[in-house]
Amino acid sequence: MIGSASPLAGYLLVAALMFAIGLAGALTRRNAILVLIGIELMLNAANLNLIAFWRYGPHPEALTGMMFAIFSIAVAAAEAAVGLGLVIQIHRHAKTTDVDQMNRMKG
Amino acid sequence: MSFVFYVLAAMTLAGALAAVLLKNLVHCALSLTVAFAGLALLFLELGAQFVAFVQILVYVGAVAILVVFAILLTRSAETPKAGGVFSRTWLAGLSVAAAVFAVLGWAVLESTPWLPQTTEAPAADVEQIGEALMSRYVLPLEIVALLLTAALIGAVIVAMHEKEGAQ
Repeated sequence: MIGSASPLAGYLLVAALMFAIGLAGALTRRNAILVLIGIELMLNAANLNLIAFWRYGPHPEALTGMMFAIFSIAVAAAEAAVGLGLVIQIHRHAKTTDVDQMNRMKG
Repeated sequence: MSFVFYVLAAMTLAGALAAVLLKNLVHCALSLTVAFAGLALLFLELGAQFVAFVQILVYVGAVAILVVFAILLTRSAETPKAGGVFSRTWLAGLSVAAAVFAVLGWAVLESTPWLPQTTEAPAADVEQIGEALMSRYVLPLEIVALLLTAALIGAVIVAMHEKEGAQ
């Protein structure tokens, strides 16, 4: 069914599966760094969708999907830096990276 | 659907799956790198060379190293505690993820007849991308530059070690 259809469907299914894997990781792991890894996987799945639609959609010469993907990569890099900095600071403060134990806002 | 696509998709998905399932955090980070590299190869397969190299530079080169650093800096003595690596509410999280995948996969399979068929690969060399970045997308480019500066300075300040009693 998929093999005979548009190759775009294959890329979209891979991206959907990758998004689901990332979401499952972000929702089920206890370590805060693994939650961030799950979020990174979800962002990458979105990038794959953008590039696949750029490749197979109309007007690829406008480069819209590609620009979206480039800016999304830049924002994801900023997110990773800030998120990991927060995890390191929380570990220093509370001696844990377990998100199940992070239940106080007050130090 | 080419054979190369299946190999790359399997590699990417296996890396992603290992990254969220493995017990050892360092192994998770290495599997994440495999997933990122597989995605870069998928971008190459799609004809987006520039994005593929950006992916390798930013994700394989920077984010993966950052994750490894964070894992090594936060490694505590009591890593394998009772309760395992998964949260107490893992069943709910897994159901949500499965439901999301079911909806997305259903939407993709339902819309398959209307998806565009194979076309010849569009050309996107670095010259075109640079021109677009410097003309039509110059304002987003400047905003992203500002955001990156602010975020990286913020990350350094947040993660900086405050000494006890220091001024």
